[in-house]
Amino acid sequence: MEHLVRFENVGLRYGMGSEVLKDVTFSIAPKSFQFLTGPSGAGKTTLMRLLFLSLRPTRGLITLFGRDVSSLDPDEVAVLRRRIGIVFQDFRLLDHLTTYENVALPLRVLGKEEASYRGEVTELLHWVGLGDRMDVLPPVLSGGEKQRAAIARALIGRPEFLLADEPTGNVDPTLARRLLRLFIELNRTGTSVLLATHDIALMDQYDARRLVIADGRLYVYD
Amino acid sequence: MSTTDTAPANGAPKAAEGAPRPPKARPQTSIVPGATIAGRALVAVVAIMTFLASLTIGAALAVRSTASHWRSDVTREVTIQIRAGDRKLTDAQVQQAAEIARTTPGVTDAHILSTEETGRLLEPWLGAGLDLGDLPVPRVVVVKIAPGAAVDFAKLRRTLSDRIPTASLDDHRLWSRRLGAMAEGVVLTGVVLLVLVGLATILSVVFATRAAVATNRAVVEVLHFVGARDGFIAAQFQRHFLKIGAQGGVIGGCAAALLFGAIVGLPRFGLVGDPEDPTFLGWLNPGIWGFVGIAGAVLVVALATALTSRITVYRTLRTIQ
Repeated sequence: MEHLVRFENVGLRYGMGSEVLKDVTFSIAPKSFQFLTGPSGAGKTTLMRLLFLSLRPTRGLITLFGRDVSSLDPDEVAVLRRRIGIVFQDFRLLDHLTTYENVALPLRVLGKEEASYRGEVTELLHWVGLGDRMDVLPPVLSGGEKQRAAIARALIGRPEFLLADEPTGNVDPTLARRLLRLFIELNRTGTSVLLATHDIALMDQYDARRLVIADGRLYVYD
Repeated sequence: MSTTDTAPANGAPKAAEGAPRPPKARPQTSIVPGATIAGRALVAVVAIMTFLASLTIGAALAVRSTASHWRSDVTREVTIQIRAGDRKLTDAQVQQAAEIARTTPGVTDAHILSTEETGRLLEPWLGAGLDLGDLPVPRVVVVKIAPGAAVDFAKLRRTLSDRIPTASLDDHRLWSRRLGAMAEGVVLTGVVLLVLVGLATILSVVFATRAAVATNRAVVEVLHFVGARDGFIAAQFQRHFLKIGAQGGVIGGCAAALLFGAIVGLPRFGLVGDPEDPTFLGWLNPGIWGFVGIAGAVLVVALATALTSRITVYRTLRTIQ
């Protein structure tokens, strides 16, 4: 089976500094679930940025959906990103757009008419429990609501690959467990999930592959 | 949390039973945040630039059309002067000169100015009530030329000097040429001013766009992450700046049009000055083409603002991944 993501001896350094990632080699299969963990500053965020094409490696090969990322032009990057859903630790919701508009953004950038996706967005917002918060601007939302809005935005385009950076970092343990179950259910429906977290208790709740990053090196525990 | 944790089997999240749908089409908020202080400042800059460009266009066209009008008036008339001498002889020479002029092809009329008419012409310099008989005032024959006729002035001048040595012909060519050169100079200066105003506008828009992209960097990044192409992002900024350009352009263009309208209209309604007074600003009437030019300036400014912002956004996006 073709891998969704494949890293081969990937290294990355910022400017003339030392390598932040060293000889990272791993792959992610379709419909798989994995945690990415490691101490702060170990290179987790850098690895995530490589995965959503915000950074290019200084050496090594990265293939995403079978494409060598070094050969992509900006428009091809945009098209690949539509197959990836991203949940940022700091949510990255646009404060001047309502919850509904934030969640609908990935469909709006495709040039779709608002009427064509209205029902779909509304359904998803109800599904994540934000049905009554659709017309609210993000600054008014609580941390947990922002988190769910960010997740809904990542899911609305029905991505093949979901990247979530500390998606439970801002919520209480109960909500964290519920969100984990949400990701697991999503994975069961065919989406590959990579969930970056510090929370060992959360990882202990689900037996899944673990990618551990430490001192710029990646260790895979299948 | 009211979240239902079970995703539907087909992979698409389903709504909770009976979830209400939005009742009507939602107005779409602009992806680029709307009114900002920087945006309002740019509207003012564009308005001022459009006002200056419109003034330049209107004034240049007004000068050009007035100069052309004056030139056509001047070239439809030449004068023959006969130096004063013996009264009887001069009278005969004046009659002869008028006769020569009348028989010249292209001439419609030759009018001999009477002593009273000559006196009126000299009044501004010599005052009223002066007996011109005491002064060696030359006699003047005003020769009217048919519109569009090509009169052979060289031949007329030769004939006059052969038959009447004291006669001289003034076809106002030098004055007309100077007037033409002045009008062309004003138009050329106008073009240079337009280029400078255009460059200043473009530079202002470039810096404002860069500032807007920098201010909205978070928006641009999010758009990138959700899969927006650079073209889509550039179009959002372009729409934003087209609005700014159009607002500024219309304000500046309308202000200039109102100013020219006042210059043209107020004397006609008897509110200011005398419409027949050539020293009044009435000669600054830019004409219909002047107003068309102002409308064109507004359109060009709005489009140039949008296009400049699009190019600038494209360039800036290359630095943001």
